[in-house]
Amino acid sequence: MILLDRVTKTYTRKKTDALYRINLHVEPKEFVIVVGPSGAGKSTLLKLLTREEKPTTGKIIVGGIDYEHLKEKEIPTLRRKIGVVFQDFKLLPNKTVFENVAFALEIAGYSNREIRHTVPKVLNIVGLKGKENNYPRELSGGETQRVAIARAVVRQPKILIADEPTGNLDPKHAWDVIKVLEKINKYGTTVLLTTHNQEIVNKLKRRVVTIKDGKIVSDKASGGYEI
Amino acid sequence: MVVTLTIVLFSIIANATFNNTINEINSKIDISVYLKDTVTEQQRDDLINQLKGLPNVASVEYVTKEQALEKYREQNKDNLNLLLAISQTDNPLPATVQIKPRDPIRINDIKTVLEDPKNLALQSDETSYSGDRKEAIDKITHATAFFRKAVFVGVVIFAIISMLIIFNTIRMAIFNRRSELRIMRLLGAKPWYIRGPFIIETMIYGIVAAVASIAICNFLFAVQSQAFDASSLGLLDITYANDYFAEHFWMFLLMQLVAGMTIGAVSALIATKKYLKMQNSSKIRFRLFRR
Repeated sequence: MILLDRVTKTYTRKKTDALYRINLHVEPKEFVIVVGPSGAGKSTLLKLLTREEKPTTGKIIVGGIDYEHLKEKEIPTLRRKIGVVFQDFKLLPNKTVFENVAFALEIAGYSNREIRHTVPKVLNIVGLKGKENNYPRELSGGETQRVAIARAVVRQPKILIADEPTGNLDPKHAWDVIKVLEKINKYGTTVLLTTHNQEIVNKLKRRVVTIKDGKIVSDKASGGYEI
Repeated sequence: MVVTLTIVLFSIIANATFNNTINEINSKIDISVYLKDTVTEQQRDDLINQLKGLPNVASVEYVTKEQALEKYREQNKDNLNLLLAISQTDNPLPATVQIKPRDPIRINDIKTVLEDPKNLALQSDETSYSGDRKEAIDKITHATAFFRKAVFVGVVIFAIISMLIIFNTIRMAIFNRRSELRIMRLLGAKPWYIRGPFIIETMIYGIVAAVASIAICNFLFAVQSQAFDASSLGLLDITYANDYFAEHFWMFLLMQLVAGMTIGAVSALIATKKYLKMQNSSKIRFRLFRR
């Protein structure tokens, strides 16, 4: 599903390798947690997958698409196949919960009927029923994060990338979010989660990939948090 | 954009007015060749044919001595003394060949023919066209060329200025909405989905500006035409400008709409294209966000 082959990313300004010869293979329907200290290269890894950044060297294949041969105009199509939950939510503040989720469908050219049919279902899954007409600023941190998740999964992507979705949340809300991610994974979506939260990593008992200084230092099938 | 379109419209009307003025003056310009009384019919016809053969000659008219006298009498019919004086002498007026040039700027070829010694010999002493008249023709010619250039340069400059203003307005709008646009891109919005609203927005600006500029011009012409007339330099025929505007009102409106929408759309296209390009290069984007 996701294949990174000796991927190196060097930022020209910093002149250091954000990632150095990363090899990573993620199977379909897998739930992978990426851990590592700040600045280890987790976010860079996710940005490479969403093609916000290009690798300096190395090969990336996601869902059968080889990024090397990806044309500029094909990037939107690629991004529609990958759901992303951003660390800072990236919701549109002047749109309601419903509109924010519907927005992802609108962009992809779904009809109004499909939107009216799909969005409430997804909001129900993430537990936001009844909050459709609220604006992001009226929601709690956990609720906001769940809106972001709803938006990421509403197009039923094969891959869901979640960048520190629990970063700004208290433990209870963090668990709510993780439960939603597990639920989505159960429906058959590959989930790639980055986190700092030791407790979550230890409790989840999933594959854990540890990145440090731009390199993968451990990759355990059912690991715990260790740095 | 309203200012630009208004200026453009004014320039066009001014240009038309200048052209009209110049054409009027031009149409009054003719070259009169006064022939000696001794010139034979054969010589006269030769000269006329030679002149008619020139590409820049619009028409050649021959005025006989009698016709010249008739004309002179007609022009001075109120001056009894003059009429009396003229009737007491032999017809003092020479036969005339009147040449109307197509383009008064290029009368040199006509001049060459007329100054040919053989032709010069046919002309009476107090000959034709050179002197003051030539100077006048030259001045008008220069003025025409200058006005045309000035108007063209003015229109181009103001068009560029307005495009730059719109370009910057759009860039500001993009800058203000950059996080929203970034989200759109990250969610997989196609470039046209992002650009479309900006382009439509500027086209609407264009429509509003076009209507406003027409309204301003209309208002000025309707209310201030007399004031204009009083303050005009006497060179410009303001009534003509007024009529010209009224006559071509719908054409101007259409033209302004097209111009406004084009200026808007093109600037928005360039501005959004620049933004989208920036977004695709992390290096430039980095710079954009640092600013």
